Amino acid sequence: MIKIRGLHKSFGAVKVLNGVDLHIPYGKTTVILGRSGVGKSVLLKHIIGLIRPDKGKVWIDGEDITRLGDKDLNEMRKRFGMLFQEAALFDSMNVGANVAFPLREHTNLNDKDIMGIVAQKLEQVGLTGLEEKMPAELSGGMKRRVGLARALVLDPEIVLFDEPTAGLDPPMAEAIEELILETQQRLGKTFVVITHSIRTAFHIGNQIAMLHEGKIVEEGTPRAFRRSSNPVVQTFMAREER
Amino acid sequence: MLLLLLDTVRWSFYPPFRLDLLFQQMERVGVRSVLVIVLTGAFSGMVLALQSFHATRQFGAETLVGVTVALSMTRELGPVLTSIMVAGRAGSAMAAEIGTMRITEQIDALSAMAVNPIKYLIVPRVLASIVVVPILTIIADFVGIAGGYFVGVTVLGINAGAFVANMEKYVELDDIYHGVIKAAVFGLILSIIGCYKGYTTTGGAEGVGKATTQSVVLAAITILMANYLLTAAMF
Repeated sequence: MIKIRGLHKSFGAVKVLNGVDLHIPYGKTTVILGRSGVGKSVLLKHIIGLIRPDKGKVWIDGEDITRLGDKDLNEMRKRFGMLFQEAALFDSMNVGANVAFPLREHTNLNDKDIMGIVAQKLEQVGLTGLEEKMPAELSGGMKRRVGLARALVLDPEIVLFDEPTAGLDPPMAEAIEELILETQQRLGKTFVVITHSIRTAFHIGNQIAMLHEGKIVEEGTPRAFRRSSNPVVQTFMAREER
Repeated sequence: MLLLLLDTVRWSFYPPFRLDLLFQQMERVGVRSVLVIVLTGAFSGMVLALQSFHATRQFGAETLVGVTVALSMTRELGPVLTSIMVAGRAGSAMAAEIGTMRITEQIDALSAMAVNPIKYLIVPRVLASIVVVPILTIIADFVGIAGGYFVGVTVLGINAGAFVANMEKYVELDDIYHGVIKAAVFGLILSIIGCYKGYTTTGGAEGVGKATTQSVVLAAITILMANYLLTAAMF
């Protein structure tokens, strides 16, 4: 289980996280919902240790990652995959090299085996045979798919998604949601997705947590979330439905 | 910047040692700069010969043109001009490339994939620069002296034997060594500044532009200041 307790983070005078408490269960998709600029990405980056908190703890299986040194943190990160908002593909490498990157860095597999796994992962995200394409030649949706293939290539236990559907047209956003849903059901891994879209949250989430003004203000299943009497949740849902 | 430098030194000693990345950067910083350095060195040597000829002719010491060119190139102009040209060509590219990676979250992606970005991106660039800038400086020295010889002997008619003999008499190996040591220091300066400016880029495409410009200006000024200090210490 991922457990976050009393997480605080400020950038200059701007307080972004103001005591976040959150439990993320294994083997499910937890969606962290909130309006743009509320600090969702900052929270997600704390989970993988890309940002150190001013105060508070993040435990992964009982180990507080906020206290880990560089070396131990890197070991911990090998258990994670992460899909960034714009995929963050290395633009100097083709698709195949991007997906192969974690394998080349962290395994002793030979080139043939690596390219075999890359082809398999690309097939799973619906991009068979695109190894030679450069990231600049791909659409936004294709980049996210490649990013997902790269995030999954080491078969991580936990996969983090930073706004996976932001900036995509509705059919493409839905296709990415379906891909996340299908992948989670197939692999049974822990997925943590942040989004500002309540539609995405209800579509793919087993658990939804809402971040507002630096705190988690509501947490529960989609069903419970829909019935929440919390005015912040109600206002957010009403705005989204408009 | 000092912290980044210390981190770079620290990660340089941690395995695995990525020779593939080092050679890739040596090719980018070094091989691709050769033409620029040859042109810079040649014309610097040629203009030095021209100027020193006019100065020395007034008291009949034209045969000292060779030694003037050789000492100026090996001690000062070789390392300084080479480093400034490499800062403009490769240091700026480091700032732009790493800056773009920063604003598009590629550096975060490296960290998320358990790859230390300082070790992966900065260590090879800094080590490559420390190795190749001295090599480029030796090329600039050689081409500059050859350019000076061409202008002095072929164009201005200075006696070839006297030109070379005076050069041999007054230029010592230490002059070349000191120039090479300076070049290694300048390689460190231009690369750490380029990497630092890229690594700390904020503010989107405009930020990348600013980081690139600042890296060149700051590197050039720092190289000139460091050159004075090193000259004062060495000669």
